[in-house]
Amino acid sequence: MSRKTLLGLGAGIIVLLLLPLFIPRFYVYLVSIILLYGLLATSLNLVLGYGGIFQFHHAVFYGVGAYGTTLMLTKTGLPAMLAFIVGPLVSAAFGLVLGIICIRLSKLYFGMLQISLGSLVWAIVYRWYAFTGGDDGIHGIPMPEMLSSPKSAYYFTFIITLVSLFIMWKIIRSPFGSVLQGIRDNPVRSEMIGINVRRHQLLALVLAGFFAGVAGSLFVVVDNTVFPDMLFWTLSLEIIIMCLLGGWFAFLGPMLGAAVIIALRTFVSTYTDYWALVLGIIMMLVIFFLPNGILGYVEEKFKRGFVEPEIEER
Amino acid sequence: MLEVTSLSKAFAGFKAVNHANLAVEKGEIVAVIGPNGAGKTTLFNLITGIIKPDSGRVLFKNEDITGLSPHEVCRKRISRSFQIVNVFQRLTVFENVQISVLSREKKTWNLFTPSASLAIKETDEILESVGLLKKKNRTTALLSHGDRKVLEIAMALGGNPEFLILDEPTAGMAAEETSRCIDLIKKLSQTMGLTILFCEHDMEIVFGIANRIMVMVRGGTVIQGPCEEVRCNEAVQDAYLGGSDACLM
Repeated sequence: MSRKTLLGLGAGIIVLLLLPLFIPRFYVYLVSIILLYGLLATSLNLVLGYGGIFQFHHAVFYGVGAYGTTLMLTKTGLPAMLAFIVGPLVSAAFGLVLGIICIRLSKLYFGMLQISLGSLVWAIVYRWYAFTGGDDGIHGIPMPEMLSSPKSAYYFTFIITLVSLFIMWKIIRSPFGSVLQGIRDNPVRSEMIGINVRRHQLLALVLAGFFAGVAGSLFVVVDNTVFPDMLFWTLSLEIIIMCLLGGWFAFLGPMLGAAVIIALRTFVSTYTDYWALVLGIIMMLVIFFLPNGILGYVEEKFKRGFVEPEIEER
Repeated sequence: MLEVTSLSKAFAGFKAVNHANLAVEKGEIVAVIGPNGAGKTTLFNLITGIIKPDSGRVLFKNEDITGLSPHEVCRKRISRSFQIVNVFQRLTVFENVQISVLSREKKTWNLFTPSASLAIKETDEILESVGLLKKKNRTTALLSHGDRKVLEIAMALGGNPEFLILDEPTAGMAAEETSRCIDLIKKLSQTMGLTILFCEHDMEIVFGIANRIMVMVRGGTVIQGPCEEVRCNEAVQDAYLGGSDACLM
């Protein structure tokens, strides 16, 4: 990583650390949401962009993580911090089960099966009033003292997101990450150099499930609610769009995509109900003009402009 | 070392490989020749586990490896290159070979050590031996066709094989690249002691480097023997030259 990238990252982190001191409460909430959605989109990109696996229904793991944490907080008397660990673990386990079933199929067929099985989970959550609260969801989830204010929730989200991103970044640069990208480029060849493709993909799915679960738990911290829409397939679509819009071959692309989508959704919704229409138009423009996403485009420009580093240094 | 007995595979009734037999001794270079569609690539796919055979057996060092999956076959130290270039397009030359080395060293489950610090020496050595070291940092998609074919072989070497299968190693290469590739294959056999099985259309190459030749027609083995024996064999003339009594080469 170049010095400039590090400087940029450091500056970004400092800004995000100081932000809550200056902006109104609603925006603190909004940035928290952006962070956790960014984490969610990055976890999807681990399997989608780096693994080439068509994980079409990623929101299920987000929802399962959120419900796992919530149910543990509301139905048991166990320490709250335990709930934040159990939620993601349940997601990871769920990722394993769903993965074992779906991994036999490849590409689109994998995605289709995953959407159907995921929708099944949504239907269960939607209907099972006694346990999950059904279509009402669960509101006013009790939070431990230290996470009860928006600011503390923000800092908690920020730190966990940062740590999770760092871990995923390490994973992508590890031998496992290299192999995963190899499998994306060419599964047959990977098999032929001695790699058990299915098993590596499965681990990737479990990891992605885990971090999606982390994002789900963070949503519980920030919003104190869960509802079945968190596992609905339209949300999965939105996450995929975040990856595509930000740039799915750049590590921070999905985070940027999440920021753009959440910010737009928030502001557009105050003017019109047709948010989906705006989203559709944005998506079309991205496909036509920025096939590598925003960050992909910036990187391209940056590399081209690299002939004159003096200008960049100043 | 490798013994294929009566191997068969049909696709929707079409017998792509039909009771094929093949024997390769340690240290040999064996060529498989045959007209287009004779089933050469399918035979290689059956040996390496990419396709499962309908019947027949594949023995490697007296061990039955029939129907093993490709990664298991690779663990037995059988590596192969592909006819159609089959590499990791988005990765660099170095990374392509490195993955192969990491896979052999069983490091692919390592989640936290940076790849950039692993298997550098081994990977460089392989790139050096095939003459790609200078281009190690290029993205594979930007390589010439000939270099990509050589990269194929380099990746196969990453698995530290005893037995190397090359599917038309020089197909589509320019004349100069072809002669470099032939030198490479000879070197692998002589200095590294690899046993090599390859298929090829260019008879000059086949008769130039092979110790023995197996002729395949319509999925079956016509003959396997030393070059001299195959050159003017009647059955081969029938299949290859439409009954003319000219010799191959």
